[in-house]
Amino acid sequence: MDAIEVKDLTKRFNSKGSVAAVDHLSFRVAESEIFGLLGPNGAGKTTLIKILTTLLKPTSGMATVAGYDVHTEKNRVRESIGIVFQEPALDWRLTGRENLDFHARMYEIRRGEREKRIEEALKLVELEDKADIMTDKYSSGMKRRLEIARGFIHNPKVLFMDEPTLGLDTQTRRRIWDYIKEVNARERITVVLTTHQMEEADYLCDRVGIMDHGKIIALDTPRNLKDLISSDLVSLELNMEGSSNDVEVFKSLDFVTEFREHNGFVTLKMERADLRIPAIMEVAKRAGIEIISVNLRKPSLEDVFLHFTGRRIRE
Amino acid sequence: MMGISWQAIYVLWLREMKGMWRAKSRVIGSLGMPMFFLAFLGLGFGGASIPGMPEGLQYIEYLTPGIIGMSMLFSSVFAGISVLWDKEFGFLKEVMVAPVSRLSIVLGRTAGGSTVALMQGIMVLFLSTLLGFKIAGVIPVILSLFFMCLISVTFVGLGLVFASVMRDMHGFPLIMNFVVFPTFLLSGALFPIGALPSWLIPVCYLDPLTYGVDGLRGVLLGAGASDFSVLLNFMVISAISIGMVSVGSYLFERTEVER
Ligand SMILES: Nc1ncnc2c1ncn2[C@@H]1O[C@H](COP(=O)(O)OP(=O)(O)OP(=O)(O)O)[C@@H](O)[C@H]1O
Ligand SMILES: [Mg+2]
Repeated sequence: MDAIEVKDLTKRFNSKGSVAAVDHLSFRVAESEIFGLLGPNGAGKTTLIKILTTLLKPTSGMATVAGYDVHTEKNRVRESIGIVFQEPALDWRLTGRENLDFHARMYEIRRGEREKRIEEALKLVELEDKADIMTDKYSSGMKRRLEIARGFIHNPKVLFMDEPTLGLDTQTRRRIWDYIKEVNARERITVVLTTHQMEEADYLCDRVGIMDHGKIIALDTPRNLKDLISSDLVSLELNMEGSSNDVEVFKSLDFVTEFREHNGFVTLKMERADLRIPAIMEVAKRAGIEIISVNLRKPSLEDVFLHFTGRRIRE
Repeated sequence: MMGISWQAIYVLWLREMKGMWRAKSRVIGSLGMPMFFLAFLGLGFGGASIPGMPEGLQYIEYLTPGIIGMSMLFSSVFAGISVLWDKEFGFLKEVMVAPVSRLSIVLGRTAGGSTVALMQGIMVLFLSTLLGFKIAGVIPVILSLFFMCLISVTFVGLGLVFASVMRDMHGFPLIMNFVVFPTFLLSGALFPIGALPSWLIPVCYLDPLTYGVDGLRGVLLGAGASDFSVLLNFMVISAISIGMVSVGSYLFERTEVER
């Protein structure tokens, strides 16, 4: 059985005329998979998560989580899921431990078990020594870690995380990625996370759905997505004030299979780029184009996004 | 739909208790207004003859049950409406995704809010003795607790009704001015209803607090001090409190965290 099944799911916020925040989506998530939804602001990621976690009613279509319908079997779904919301959802009048205790009791975990799991969860997210201070005294990284601990303390089958590392520094982010991997491996929990960081999706996810304007425009393993654009990429940063910026000349190079221009950057796609750079420099020089920097790389998910939407993810 | 989850009710209640304990100063501070009312009105009108007052009662005796009712009215409505604070701080989502019936959530909040209001009512009762109120014994106090519970449940329920139909706290002053204050003033908390113009009297009889305050008078001051019998008051306010919590849960059930 799939952990999640979504069929033709649509959400419009105002019934008439408005664009759909989630637009006829269909996809499946397998059990114990880490599934990423990658998309820019406003893509519809949070809306989709809210529908899957019973907080919003879909306009049409259907979705099941852990085999239960999110609309007609709300309580079954609620029993099967854990959530880390995009916005903080802690009670600041309670300590970290009390927040976990509140949660564990709402999910009817018995006393002995409850205390054991709270201790374990605090340990995993390294908050044991801060457990007994009020959460309004926590840093945002600590709050996030506490919320992640809370998300899986009741052994959900599916854990949803809406931008789990938003606004955290690199070091904290790394640690959170490791918790997520550990929880997924240890408990075989299916994880659905949203992000607009390519790096995060690439590092964490078994499969990634690239989402834009309420639709999933590509869905595959990070590796396969990147293989879609198998060739190397050469990015040239141009001096736009230079004597010429007739970038069309690069198109005339017969080894260039794809050409994109973007805010003073030119991206060329080709095989064996390491052998081609001298020729590119030569052409540029002859055309009077000033190159500030050259960057040769294997395609990233960022390029995949650009490839499918013609836009960069952060604009 | 689903049954009642006692664990959820308990933990929601516990959360409210912890919140109250940690905001002790606010709870104590909110005793200020009822105490000022008691002190100034009690002293100011102490010697005046007020039309319709039961024979042989000091004004402070007449007033104290009314002020107990007032302080519970305010803190109960506030406790119910404070669901909107949880919404604002995001915590409501955590509550709403939990696999417990919405009725349990409403009952848990009602229990928590009512307990806070009940504590205030009890404190006002005991503090009033400093101003000359005489407690007639243990039985009257115990009976008055029943009425206090019913008053607080009724108005926490009312607060939940408002919280379910409002988007945020902006409407709160409106509700204070146009619902809570009239409820207080029309309940006979300060002076006998009979002193009002006759066209207003039916409105007073629609006010749930009328029966709460009158019932408190009946049990604390003796049968002669109340307009209706204690039993009638008890039955009316019981029915209203059940009705109010039912409407509150019905509306709460229908509000999603977002539309
Ligand atoms: N309650 C609401 N009422 C009306 N429109 C909404 C509401 N919530 C979201 N939207 C709209 O739906 C679209 C998708 O929003 P959503 O929050 O799902 O995006 P997102 O992918 O989570 O973005 P972000 O990365 O910024 O969190 C946006 O255009 C947004 O304006
Ligand atoms: Mg979002």
